[in-house]
Amino acid sequence: MSSGIFYEWFLPGVWITIQVTVYSAALAGLVAFVVGIARTHRLWIVRFVSGTYFEIFRGTSALVFMLWMAFAFPLMFGWQFVPMYAGVLALGLTYGAYGSEIVRGSLQSVSAAQREAGIALSFTRGQRLRRIELPQAWPEMVPPFNNLLIELLKGTALVSVISVADMTFAAGLSRLATNESAPAYVLLLFSYFVIAFVLTRIMRAVERKAKAGIGQGGGGKGRFRGLLALKLSPEGEMRQAKTGTAGGQG
Amino acid sequence: MNWDWSVVEDFMPSFWDGVLVTLQALALGSLIAFALGLVWAMAQRSHRKWISWPVTAVTEFIRNTPLLVQLFFLFYVVPTFGPSMSPLVTGVIGLGLHYSTYTAEVYRAGIDGVPVGQWEAATALSLPRRRTWTSVILPQAIRRVIPALGNYVVAMLKDSPMIAVIGAFEMLGEARAFSNLTFTFEAYTVVGIAFILIAYPASLLLRALERRLAQ
Repeated sequence: MSSGIFYEWFLPGVWITIQVTVYSAALAGLVAFVVGIARTHRLWIVRFVSGTYFEIFRGTSALVFMLWMAFAFPLMFGWQFVPMYAGVLALGLTYGAYGSEIVRGSLQSVSAAQREAGIALSFTRGQRLRRIELPQAWPEMVPPFNNLLIELLKGTALVSVISVADMTFAAGLSRLATNESAPAYVLLLFSYFVIAFVLTRIMRAVERKAKAGIGQGGGGKGRFRGLLALKLSPEGEMRQAKTGTAGGQG
Repeated sequence: MNWDWSVVEDFMPSFWDGVLVTLQALALGSLIAFALGLVWAMAQRSHRKWISWPVTAVTEFIRNTPLLVQLFFLFYVVPTFGPSMSPLVTGVIGLGLHYSTYTAEVYRAGIDGVPVGQWEAATALSLPRRRTWTSVILPQAIRRVIPALGNYVVAMLKDSPMIAVIGAFEMLGEARAFSNLTFTFEAYTVVGIAFILIAYPASLLLRALERRLAQ
């Protein structure tokens, strides 16, 4: 990679990648909580609508959806997104759907007695969620959210396909300009790995804090630390495989 | 909105070609992922540090970097020192390699989930190591990981459009070529819906399978 491309394209590209990651993670987090909580709602129509959203966005491919947003959407509705926001929307909505499964699953794993205690104390549904269910479900959510965040970071490379100048785009430029691809792509792979590493460190700190918040410490049971990603327990691994793709309600 | 069914009709022949290529890539990619994942899982359990440590490092690296970039690497960098491959072959290898790091974790979880008593029973019967693995541990472990493996096949299906970016003509590649030629949007929409129509029943099937295996 020539120094020109490195300073003019690659370094700004790193910043774009970080921006896309942060924005789409924020959107995905919002969608995950709204849809995840709606899927535990007592009205069937709310459950049905949020469940349909979940099934549609989980069934589709992020890259196809992104290209559709960038190229088909403007032709269909005569209204165009800035490419970066088309990418952020596609990533946020898709990964938000995956995240909603994590939120729903963790909320359901809070013991029924806790919910009943809330009802007995005549808490409203909102109060119960905010003061009883979410605080207890939150530490459960952090490890799978960490893995989803890494998936999202990897997903941001797709924005280069709709010509957002992220670091993958810069490496492509370098390949075309210098006809030498090895240094650019090796640097690129390591850059993604370093960002993933930093994100995992941050999420581990979040997990420790969350666990301390409900009086649990230590590494948790049945899970040992991997080099980078959190190693999940057997049940956790099965659940994670399912969040992306499991069909049907429940 | 100005939806035109005749455009959809024109797209259909290349769409079916694309479906065929997608399914090919998926089938071959899954085979590689299932086989290689088991190799990684066994190697990571090895007591020899010089085997387990590098394998763990490599799989973690592959798992934490984007498939898209790995495909570029396989397609543009590998030929500079190794074999150059067609886009489809590169795509199949890329998908298989990437997902093998996920299936490795699934196999690991499955092997960890086999009760300790089974290991002890094998020791009590003084079964040789190889026999312990092939007739006691793996049959039980693999049975319980089949649904999770299936879920990663569906995940792989949804990542398969990435191989269009290096020039393989699967569903998305066909849609992109068609749309660029005709300045229409219907092809992308058809492909998007096609993914849902394949992925949703596949997931339902997996859930049914999971319930059956759980019994």
